[in-house]
Amino acid sequence: MTRMRLTKEEEKMLCGEEGYAAKKSMEILVALGEIYNAEALVNVGSVQVAGVSYHNLGEAGLEFLKELARDGRVKVLTTLNPAGMDLKNWRALGITPEFAEKQNRVIDAFRRMGVIISCTCTPYLIGSLPRYGEHIAWSESSAVTFANSVIGAKTNREGGPSALAAALVGKTPCYGLHLEENRAPDVHVDVKVYLKTLSDWGALGWCIGRKAENKIPYITGVGKASLDDLKSFCASVVTYGAKPLFFIKGITPDSDRQQIPKEKVTIEDQHMKEAFDSINDEVETVDLVCIGCPHCSIREVARIAGLLHSRKVSSNTELWIATSRLVKQLADEIGYTRTIESAGGRFACDTCMAVAPLKGRFKSVATNSAKGCYYSRHNGMATRLGSLEDCINAAVTGKWS
Amino acid sequence: MELRGRTIFKGVAKGEVLATSQPISFYGGVDPSTGVVVEKGHELEGQAVKGKILAFPNGKGSTVGSYTLYRMKRSYTAPAGILNQECETVVAVGAIISEIPCIDRIDLSKIETGDIVCLNNDRVRVERRKRLE
Repeated sequence: MTRMRLTKEEEKMLCGEEGYAAKKSMEILVALGEIYNAEALVNVGSVQVAGVSYHNLGEAGLEFLKELARDGRVKVLTTLNPAGMDLKNWRALGITPEFAEKQNRVIDAFRRMGVIISCTCTPYLIGSLPRYGEHIAWSESSAVTFANSVIGAKTNREGGPSALAAALVGKTPCYGLHLEENRAPDVHVDVKVYLKTLSDWGALGWCIGRKAENKIPYITGVGKASLDDLKSFCASVVTYGAKPLFFIKGITPDSDRQQIPKEKVTIEDQHMKEAFDSINDEVETVDLVCIGCPHCSIREVARIAGLLHSRKVSSNTELWIATSRLVKQLADEIGYTRTIESAGGRFACDTCMAVAPLKGRFKSVATNSAKGCYYSRHNGMATRLGSLEDCINAAVTGKWS
Repeated sequence: MELRGRTIFKGVAKGEVLATSQPISFYGGVDPSTGVVVEKGHELEGQAVKGKILAFPNGKGSTVGSYTLYRMKRSYTAPAGILNQECETVVAVGAIISEIPCIDRIDLSKIETGDIVCLNNDRVRVERRKRLE
């Protein structure tokens, strides 16, 4: 019945000879392979697992993870997406003990399976850096887009369970973006705007995501792009509709080898204005300022510390810096943490504005992340997208100006 | 009448069909504690999928939906079987982890709500037509 070619070892796993978790995982991988016409499974170098927040998983997700953890052990380097809370500092961020207990059980199940409890959406910043051309199985759309586009690794946009299945088997079905023929760009996007801030990159992602819905954009007209620029753009372009792969001429790998697609769109100032108009709500007082979607790099933390020097966060506003625990530890060593915390800012490690249970706690949020705005609206907040400077000013004054 | 499709999760299931021409999002679209469809404006809004052979073209929405199906199975509110036109990741993974028999590539125009059908691996036998009652 199976059309996919399986090795003897894979057949054994599918029959249950390596236990329940390996059998369930093989069933998932083979079914997906059949649905998408994969010919075989391919070895993966690393896995990034999403579906960690108890807020999204619920009791059912927790039960499934506990069942897998009875005999499941990951076979490759496997890192974890953000959880629903800071695993150490949850009380200070207003998380209830009931939620914390459930979240810790989720984390325990992953730990038993041998997953590294990294709890970040930027695994490529903290020790899971694929090589060019490597097959990987990652979930977390911003990281998937970064790995495919900026690094040139190969991964589909996995869901939580399919990524975990890949980790427990060490393989993924070879279809979609694992195949060279599916990685050619479909639409030429010529950018005629000047990109000054991270929020501009986020807004550009909004524009391109909508114009290249479910397509692979080939982008020209962009002269330079820092790590943080690309990180922000990856998050936004895929959130607002594109496939998790793009090329920027002269900047990302293979961009000089691609044929420029015939279909062409242009991004001009009016489109950027449209993006900001669509993302922004009317906001006067700001309840929450959140920086770090995707998680802040050490350079971003340094900039925040610089902007907060000898200033104080307004008593009407909370300032959250979402980042990985590893980056926070580096910030501790350097002294950025002390500057930020003595100004009244708080670190939210292991979690972020997209997955923490924030609904009903804040009415408005300011951020420099276009993706963050998308998820905050889902949580019922009025959103304001601006530069890092604008956001820190809002945290200090409690108002958007 | 017997229809043949592609097995997503093998097994035998028998029951009354609940059919819709609209995709279903299990995460947010179905209440796992009751099995009732709660998506606003959905054809099946207010109807319970518990114990039914649920026939819909394809899944949609968040991959968390796979876990929702699993939770329904554990709460005894899950459908007995699933028929799809073209299965996608969320429903496929949900059916596998919940062990709900699931077949796709079925011509759903040939069955309707109220039919009694039996799923057996890649086959669907229509045992009683609603309109013959």
